[in-house]
Amino acid sequence: MPPELFLDLYSPPCRAIYIFALKNGIPFQLRPVELGRGEHLKPEFLKVNPLGKVPALRDGDFLLAESVAILLYLSRKYQTAEHWYPPELQARARVDEYLAWQHTAVQLPATNVYLCKSLLPHFSGQPVDQERLDRLMGKLRPALQHLDQEVLAAKPFLATEQVSLADLMAFTELMQPTAVGCDLFRDWPRLAAWRARVEAALGPELVQEAHSLVLQPRDPRDAQRDPKLAQELVHRVLERLG
Amino acid sequence: MGLELYLDLLSASCRAVYIFVKKNSIPFDFQFVDLLKGHHHSKEYIEINPLKKLPSLKDGRFILSESVAILFYLCRKYSTPSHWYPPDLHTRARVDEFMAWQHTAIQLPMSRILWIKMLIPRITGEEVPAEKTEQMLTEVRTNMQLFEEKFLQDKMFITGDHISLADLVALVEMMQPMGGNYNVFLNSSRLAEWRMRVELAIGSGLFWEAHDRLMKLAEWDCSTLDPMVKEKICELLQKFR
Repeated sequence: MPPELFLDLYSPPCRAIYIFALKNGIPFQLRPVELGRGEHLKPEFLKVNPLGKVPALRDGDFLLAESVAILLYLSRKYQTAEHWYPPELQARARVDEYLAWQHTAVQLPATNVYLCKSLLPHFSGQPVDQERLDRLMGKLRPALQHLDQEVLAAKPFLATEQVSLADLMAFTELMQPTAVGCDLFRDWPRLAAWRARVEAALGPELVQEAHSLVLQPRDPRDAQRDPKLAQELVHRVLERLG
Repeated sequence: MGLELYLDLLSASCRAVYIFVKKNSIPFDFQFVDLLKGHHHSKEYIEINPLKKLPSLKDGRFILSESVAILFYLCRKYSTPSHWYPPDLHTRARVDEFMAWQHTAIQLPMSRILWIKMLIPRITGEEVPAEKTEQMLTEVRTNMQLFEEKFLQDKMFITGDHISLADLVALVEMMQPMGGNYNVFLNSSRLAEWRMRVELAIGSGLFWEAHDRLMKLAEWDCSTLDPMVKEKICELLQKFR
């Protein structure tokens, strides 16, 4: 039985896993989890991942959370091509270094930009808080600068000379605010060139398919469908954004 | 030049790396980068790590940041005993899972408690608003509960019968609030027992040696604080308003 992948393609780490599995011919059963319907908060999903987040994996009796752990698990179990997670000591360390750093340096601020620009207005019915958005974009800037000016100055991809798990995670993460109109690549030419390189390496059709959901405008009827849930989601986002 | 580690044991990430190399008798040069004096912002250190963060590893010309990456690198290069990062597919995934989750769920909130309870009031003379403090403590309590129910459960250690990198990283981070006299282990005997088990597996001498600077933080004369560092801290307080 192929493993089950619990994903919502609105989520960048879910897209990374989706792309990785398809690109490497890894068989899986897709179990969609709609974050917008609060499915990640329900008891049924919490049995799969008590941390209440996507992505999650179930392989027989084995349950696994955390996108980085899932990608490493899949790469080992299905013995994917070496460039994804190179065996050489220093090359592997570079991938590990990015995968560790990105949680707080990239994922956290990029997600906050997305929440402010898209999710919050969508579920609250309020217009985008521009001042807050500018502040949140400012928090993401140091990471973009570091990637563009330091990391990519030395090599074509984030960790090594070839596309790796680091590029995959970074790509889907940086596409998130970009997909809803905050073009992160505009001020950073090396980063823009890197993005094109990664897209070519992953396959433009696969990238497009994985991002089709986040690239579409959201259905304005969502918030009215379940006002109590909308309120709950708004509350959680506001608490997170501080 | 041998292995160099750029550390300040005030930082949990640094303590994890320090304890690991000492426990595994890996020879290294301790390069002290004093966070309280703002030395992580010095020209010399920026050349090592432009992100100005600790820890950093320098092995010949190879420079590496991020404690998780450093710990994996050391495991591989020095072929440390396999219980630290077990080769079994599922067990290894358990370690990876915790190492990924802890950045935002444990490290960040634990570090915030120290700031809120001790560093900010001490340095600025002002308390953080009670509402923010309560929010922070609730988040910590929730995550400690998740840690206990999902990662530890009824096992001796996170992966089962032996200590791994996950326990080491978890414990040094959960010790951070102790610098401000806040003990996160008080509410759960299961967690308190795990804490002792990990300390003993490391060796109490090494464990407390690594935590000495943190435990003495309350005695620190903050008038010696680098003005640039003090400025950053005052900025931090603004965030809580």
